[in-house]
Amino acid sequence: MRDFLGKHKQYFWPAGYLLLTLASFAFGFAPGKEVFGNFTHFFIDMVSFIPFLFIIVGLFDVWFPKEKVEKHIGQESGIKGILVMIILAMMQAGPLYGAFPVAYILYKKGASIKNIFIYLGAFASLKIPMLGMEIGYLGIQFTLARTLVSLPLFIAIGYFMEWYFKDRDFKVNKL
Amino acid sequence: MRNDAYFFIIVSVVLTLLSFFLDRKKTVMGLKKGWKMFQNIAIPFVNILILVSLALYLVPPALIVRYLGPESGWGGQIAAGVIGSITLIPGFISYPIASVLIREGASYAVVATFMTTLMMVGVVTLPLEIKYFGRNVAVLRNVLNFIAAIVIGACVGFML
Repeated sequence: MRDFLGKHKQYFWPAGYLLLTLASFAFGFAPGKEVFGNFTHFFIDMVSFIPFLFIIVGLFDVWFPKEKVEKHIGQESGIKGILVMIILAMMQAGPLYGAFPVAYILYKKGASIKNIFIYLGAFASLKIPMLGMEIGYLGIQFTLARTLVSLPLFIAIGYFMEWYFKDRDFKVNKL
Repeated sequence: MRNDAYFFIIVSVVLTLLSFFLDRKKTVMGLKKGWKMFQNIAIPFVNILILVSLALYLVPPALIVRYLGPESGWGGQIAAGVIGSITLIPGFISYPIASVLIREGASYAVVATFMTTLMMVGVVTLPLEIKYFGRNVAVLRNVLNFIAAIVIGACVGFML
């Protein structure tokens, strides 16, 4: 029984909500009905594009594997190096702190300070699945505007970090 | 249903057909991968939708307009930046929240600032970041990104 509860813990909250909603309709509790109206709206929003977004992301993943880009790390410099960093970052997933171990690997592979921070910037704000979500929820205009303003700014942060920390014994630690 | 849902549906169908035509095995693998990713986020996502539905009922739009609307100015943006910096909300969950905020009257500047700090500034994860990069680097990165977020918000607000 405890095993069963542990395994299905994540369903408690939606199940509880479902029960409350059923009760709201049974007893004519207006706020419950209104919240359910909101929920239905959001839910339809979600299922109308997110599964398709993940089809696109999944296909992208098999046709353009990260490993292909990873090979170029450290070899290319200048604009090409920046581009490789940004593309590699765009292919990742997960929260920013998941990028810190990758920063260590980049550091070990000889990536410049500038490129490490450009990687972190692109990782935080240009991941492909997240851009897809952003387009779906906030529109292409918002996504384009935010991306176009962010891109030069985090490249500038990369340059600034390199300029500031070049002579101050910069290193990335392994945890 | 959202208008741009058609965009995703059409693109995914076209890409799947194209991919299937080129390589069946790869296509099946890709679809499986995509489905797995969707499965991973589905329940947390539904949970956040429940929360957002509830919040939408409880929080009057007037409040959102007043504190996060166009009139809130720099104060609203800085508040959004601080909240985005100290909260640890997974990216995919923040988008429905952001879209509701805009629908209820928050300004693009405020939402762009909030989203950017959420993604690029992490107060909660700062101790971990310090372990990787050292104190000076980690603190400076976060401060610079916070400033960048305010600039990004202001520019996006200006552009839209």
